[in-house]
Amino acid sequence: MKWPRRNTPPVGAPEVEPKWRAPRVTVRGAHTGRTLDGAVPDGDPSTAWDRRRSEYKLVSPLNAKRFTVVVVGTGLAGAGAAAALGELGFKVHAFTYHDSPRRAHSVAAQGGINAARARKVDGDSQRRFVVDTVKGGDFRARESEAYRLAQESVRVIDHMSAIGAPFAREYGGMLATRSFGGVQVSRTYYTRGQTGQQLQIAGAQALQRQVKLGTVDLHDRAEMLDLIMDDGVCRGVVVRDLVSGQVWAQPAHAVILATGGYGSVYFHSTLAVNSNATAVWRAARQGAFLSHASFVQFHPTALPISTHWQSKNILMSESLRNDGRIWVPKKPGDDRAPGDIPEAERDYYLERKYPSFGNLSPRDISSRAAKEQIDSGHGVGPLANSVYLDFSDALAAHGRETIAARYGNLFDMYAHATGEDPYTVPMRIAPGAHFTMGGLWSDYDQMTSIPGLFVGGEASWAYHGANRLGANSLLSACVDGWFTLPFSVPNYLAGHLGERLPGAGDACVRDAVARVTTRTSALLAVKGKLASSHFHRELGEIMYRGVGVERTAEGLAAAIDDIHDLRHRFWREVRVPGEGRQLNQALEKAGRVADFLELAELMAVDALDRQESCGAHFRSEFQDGGEARRDDQRWAFASAWETRGASGATHDLQFTRHAEPLAFASVPLATRSYR
Amino acid sequence: MKLDIEVWRQASPGAKGRFERHSIDGVEPHLSILELLDALNEQLIDSGHEPVAFESDCREGICGACGVTVDGAVHGPENNVPSCHQRLVHYRDGATIRIEPLRSASFPVLRDLIVDRGGLDDIIRAGGTVAVDAGTAPDADALPIPESTAETALDFAACIGCGACVAACPNGSAHLFTGAKLTHLALLPIPALERTRRARSMVAEADGLFGPCSLYGECEQACPAGIPLTAIAAVNHERLLGGLRRRLNRRAG
Repeated sequence: MKWPRRNTPPVGAPEVEPKWRAPRVTVRGAHTGRTLDGAVPDGDPSTAWDRRRSEYKLVSPLNAKRFTVVVVGTGLAGAGAAAALGELGFKVHAFTYHDSPRRAHSVAAQGGINAARARKVDGDSQRRFVVDTVKGGDFRARESEAYRLAQESVRVIDHMSAIGAPFAREYGGMLATRSFGGVQVSRTYYTRGQTGQQLQIAGAQALQRQVKLGTVDLHDRAEMLDLIMDDGVCRGVVVRDLVSGQVWAQPAHAVILATGGYGSVYFHSTLAVNSNATAVWRAARQGAFLSHASFVQFHPTALPISTHWQSKNILMSESLRNDGRIWVPKKPGDDRAPGDIPEAERDYYLERKYPSFGNLSPRDISSRAAKEQIDSGHGVGPLANSVYLDFSDALAAHGRETIAARYGNLFDMYAHATGEDPYTVPMRIAPGAHFTMGGLWSDYDQMTSIPGLFVGGEASWAYHGANRLGANSLLSACVDGWFTLPFSVPNYLAGHLGERLPGAGDACVRDAVARVTTRTSALLAVKGKLASSHFHRELGEIMYRGVGVERTAEGLAAAIDDIHDLRHRFWREVRVPGEGRQLNQALEKAGRVADFLELAELMAVDALDRQESCGAHFRSEFQDGGEARRDDQRWAFASAWETRGASGATHDLQFTRHAEPLAFASVPLATRSYR
Repeated sequence: MKLDIEVWRQASPGAKGRFERHSIDGVEPHLSILELLDALNEQLIDSGHEPVAFESDCREGICGACGVTVDGAVHGPENNVPSCHQRLVHYRDGATIRIEPLRSASFPVLRDLIVDRGGLDDIIRAGGTVAVDAGTAPDADALPIPESTAETALDFAACIGCGACVAACPNGSAHLFTGAKLTHLALLPIPALERTRRARSMVAEADGLFGPCSLYGECEQACPAGIPLTAIAAVNHERLLGGLRRRLNRRAG
């Protein structure tokens, strides 16, 4: 068998007549860049990780303490990387804007974590995991990394179990599993509906263990606001102490960003209210490329927005779709109570359209189908903006006790949030912005286009392509943190032994600190009349309208104009009360909204540029009877956008799209079908 | 509906605090206490004032970041519910709602409604950890755990670390928090190997930073994660058992 060879030069190297070229950028004003090399090992992707890992350079335990590594974020990826590097003896500085590392948003994941342990006789295998992940992502991520994910998934469960995650067990004492959307096997490990919480607490405890042992310095209530850049190389971070307001620099030999996704750009999302894009976007503004900016997953089982002040779409786990049936009234505008609508007048549209996957169809397909029903007048609830998720059949078949054992805490949460009892009235759900498949571009070793800057977890672009399968995010964050970055970061550091770190007096540090203080002063100096929340809410409306579940060229062009206008208005009209040298949540929030207002434009540009439909990126112009039409001839590549233009002020942004070709050696390119 | 809010304002840890009164119109009964604060803050900033500082994050009751005292009750009027899920249905149009920080000598106010709950992490660091390095764990299926044991461990592992137990306790004790962690880890085979050392160091840290437990039981009423009161018993149980085990080991040695 012949494997595709690397056909492009490494990043930064002179371009040598590439065989492959990305199509020219289709968005006016944006530029076409160069072809990138992801440094994926040549040959069989299923053995790539073993071969790469065996080639990695090592740092001896005695030398490890001579290196300083900064880890930003303490979720599953960040806490894992910081703890694992600490265990190896590196001097680690971990940063979180929370009061405690345990609060990172990984904590809110509910349903489970996939692992290709393939213990059952249901036909699962590592290869099957790869096929599901690559196909689920609609062939827009690296196949070789899906193999790494599959391989390391096995010991992730062992490790997390050993450090305290009480995974659900069968009566015989073995680990229990369940099914998730987009697969036909049972490979999801879980702890009731709070898997993320249990993994997060275990990870945070492992981090605290290293803090006590003195290998990790933990800085809580500290927000990273810029990178220290020395001649194109990342040399640390600048943070703001959120209590005192003091801005200070932490130099490092390498920096890992594990700061999560940017779904909160949509204002209403399933994310935590403080989740933001600032760390990733400030890195992008220092030259880190951002991939697949527009690939956003809309979770099909979020709670609908019903009132102006509702702060988020509370997430209901996808695992509910194992037993709940999704339906809408057949008659548009039917406002009878759900119990009064007879069986014959209900449309179980997922079961009808996708008989083999039914209610467990992948998230992108389920969300799009729900939006189609809502848009065509079949939506239910006071604002007719949701669909039913009905447990009456499961309750009749298994009894209340069994259903309560499976989903009790989710049902309670639903009842708390809505005042309705899901045991007697069907839940109402709607698609809500959830997970960003896009993120900072990185090579196979998870280093971004900036040497010395690494990325892990949702902040990166790896694994999930244009759509992420349920329970693959906890897995990818754990694998990155515990079992990838601890190998690849030392490999980078090994070449930098003895290098002096820049000090407070060095120009690169002074510049970075000055960038942060200038920007903070600029926000305080606008002295407009409106809280930043007004702009964030309006941005969310623009994004749901133009860069949402379904996109059109016209809608995207309008969104770009609207975002541009909103950004200019923000910098004229925003009001940030108080000072910089104090605990100032209005200032924190305004800085994050300012970054969203830039990133949002890139998201719309990326969506407009990509003239195909794939996964969660559905362009109405490119479809076959409602199903996404991919164009592998032209678009089988990862976009990697470079952003230029002065930050903060009302300058226009310039975008250049670089591209990394994606080749598939063991999972043949095929049209996804869940029918 | 319209609500009057009395909210605690305090510029910094050392500063003198006071209640400030505001009125807010157009809120709906189904909003949470925190969404009420969101609405108040937008109104404050738009009118040129500094917003009320308060903590919250996931708004789904799982991160433990939120926690305020509402009309004297930790988290709010409903028992066992975090602030983010406390709804305004308990208030009538025109009512006054009084919002203060979590109250405990071990939780100093940083600003307005934000307190420093770092002591809870000190307890975890003291011993609420498991000394297993990445990559060294055995196959998780090779160590069978009875279904009910795993479920019970999860009942205690469900603690969200919000500090409500401390704020609800007349003594300011952190025994529910400490006992939840001790029980969780004592029930799992690998973490249980360190239970003697863990109990000694965690209880010593908890007793040094927080108050003693007098079995008032207020913590169980407030806990949004529903941690059972038996966690408190586990504190003494684990500590005494640890002492006994050490003595036996010495005699054997």
